[in-house]
Amino acid sequence: MRQTRIARNIALGIENLLLHKLRSFLTMLGVVFGVGSVVAMLSVGEGASQEALAQIRKLGSNNIIVSSVKSAEEQQTSTTHSHMSIYGLTYADHRRISQSFANIRQTAPAKLMRKESRLGERAMELRVVGTTPEWFRLVPREFVAGRIIAQGDLDGRAPVAVLTEFGARKLLATEGSVGQTLRIGGDEFEVIGIIRSESGQAGNIQIPDQEIDVYIPLDVARTYFGDIFFKRTSGSDEREKVELHQIIVQVDDPKNAEAVAAGIERMLGLFHKKKDYALSVPLALLKQAEATKRTFNIVLGSIAGISLLVGGIGIMNIMLASVTERTREIGIRRAIGAKRRQIVYQFLIETVVLSMFGGMIGLGLGVLIPLLITHFSGMATVVTVNGILLPLFISMAIGILFGIYPAMNAARVDPIVALRHE
Amino acid sequence: MMDNQTAPDNGHEIVRLENAWKTYQMGTEEVHALAGVNVTFGKGDFWAIMGPSGSGKSTMMNILGCLDRLTSGSYYLDGKDVSKLDDDSLSELRLRYLGFIFQSFNLIPQLSVQRNIELPLYYLGWDAVRSAQRARELGEQVGLGDRLNHRPTELSGGQMQRTAIARALANDPQVIFADEPTGNLDSATGVQIMEMLIKLNKLGKTIVMVTHEPDIAAYAHSRLHMKDGNIDRIEGIHASNENSQKHRTGHREPAAS
Repeated sequence: MRQTRIARNIALGIENLLLHKLRSFLTMLGVVFGVGSVVAMLSVGEGASQEALAQIRKLGSNNIIVSSVKSAEEQQTSTTHSHMSIYGLTYADHRRISQSFANIRQTAPAKLMRKESRLGERAMELRVVGTTPEWFRLVPREFVAGRIIAQGDLDGRAPVAVLTEFGARKLLATEGSVGQTLRIGGDEFEVIGIIRSESGQAGNIQIPDQEIDVYIPLDVARTYFGDIFFKRTSGSDEREKVELHQIIVQVDDPKNAEAVAAGIERMLGLFHKKKDYALSVPLALLKQAEATKRTFNIVLGSIAGISLLVGGIGIMNIMLASVTERTREIGIRRAIGAKRRQIVYQFLIETVVLSMFGGMIGLGLGVLIPLLITHFSGMATVVTVNGILLPLFISMAIGILFGIYPAMNAARVDPIVALRHE
Repeated sequence: MMDNQTAPDNGHEIVRLENAWKTYQMGTEEVHALAGVNVTFGKGDFWAIMGPSGSGKSTMMNILGCLDRLTSGSYYLDGKDVSKLDDDSLSELRLRYLGFIFQSFNLIPQLSVQRNIELPLYYLGWDAVRSAQRARELGEQVGLGDRLNHRPTELSGGQMQRTAIARALANDPQVIFADEPTGNLDSATGVQIMEMLIKLNKLGKTIVMVTHEPDIAAYAHSRLHMKDGNIDRIEGIHASNENSQKHRTGHREPAAS
């Protein structure tokens, strides 16, 4: 009964609005654009931040990445004359890290170097990653063919290599290439598998794997290629001794990540004279990115909110004019026996219907715009449930907020005066 | 006056004013639109309220029609003192017991004839089907059965006033107030409308009409002439009733209230 009454009131409100189609449409336009811009802005903002978040998630939210960096003073001296710089993480660091923390689940050391590689007739420079089977668990990637490095390969010092899809394609390796011989530097390796790779930046750190990676057992890399690397920069030979370039640490729970990172940093501080290492915690970056996203959304949202506000004021303006114009009608209704609150209700329903309807059209517009943006610019946009419900809720709130004053004005009309009103 | 008149004395009266004052503040000056009026209308009466402009007849109408409140004094409607009621309660009274007919018809131009007739029923909370049914019946009763879907602007003056009468009847009122009902009509149409009012009166409706035209007032059983906010004289079949006597007491100083 009550529901049918509300439905009837809404129907009467719509009927009344349809009497002035053009005016109602123009009044609604403000809310249409307001809601449209809120929805569009939110989805563009959401798309941008989700893209960043997805990148960061690839690093693993349980992970801590410790990498070797050349300390500042080392960089200074190395430019003056050729000498050997010794820096970075050591095998001992890896052992200590993996043994000292209860909250660490596993660690993957990595030795990185660039080597000219050749498969049959094709050659290209690949990034050789000397690592352990843990790598593949910490940087989980899809399989294309074959298998990954096993503990047995390390123990047996087996010269085996896992290619990444991109590198494999460049070398014309296929599933059939598993078992073939890959030459890295001067040494022969057996291709045992191909995996997919991800590439790109995540926030401001490189994600662990690259698309030109080739993975070999760490011990093999150490015995075949040693710890000393040559770099040829502008005429001077440069030598570096780096044992490990990276250690990826996985903790048991994301909430421990930051504490463990602090612990590792303190421990490394005890054994390193110079600060030749850097830690990055993807989770911290994730949090930071989320905070940025929130700020971003608030800024965008408030800009769009201003247009909603303008739309609301437009509605209020028209409704105030409408109340004046319909003074006589209000007087008639009051004389017949309508109570003040019924008049308030009548006008409020009209405003809310108007703004809700405008909100709905705006929503359509706001969903369409991001689709067009994605289509033409390739920028990711995401329309979330919140991104839809919030503007609808806001448009209803605007209807009530900006409708209440004109409606109260309408109810204040004195029937005696109104009936004489021409 | 204090003790013996708090309740109506019989079941025949519908409207009673006791020492009714309505005072407006015009700048520093006080204007008494009603100055201690005492009057009683019986159930089923047909009254015409007459008088020159400024005599207080419109104010009287607004008070009796529960559109306005007395400054002091009492107004009994069907035995109940309504002079102290709030706005909502007065609206409720208008909705349930009173019907209005105006000089300028006061139909809502955007609504069809049927919708105009339905208006009181909407506020009474009737459902759409029943309201439409009743509106059709009333429309036919006033001879507008074929005009129900027209807009008021497409009707003649007489048709508009008949729509207004149908609307006034929708809530089956006890009293119908007619404010110059023929004022905007030609005399032939005016006669039709008056005949319609007489018919309603015969069916038992109390009618209170404000007019300044003596030949229209002649349709009423009784005529109440107002002057300077009070009753000047009463003519017709109720001329000999208590009103004339009350009229004299009504001239007492306001200190009595």
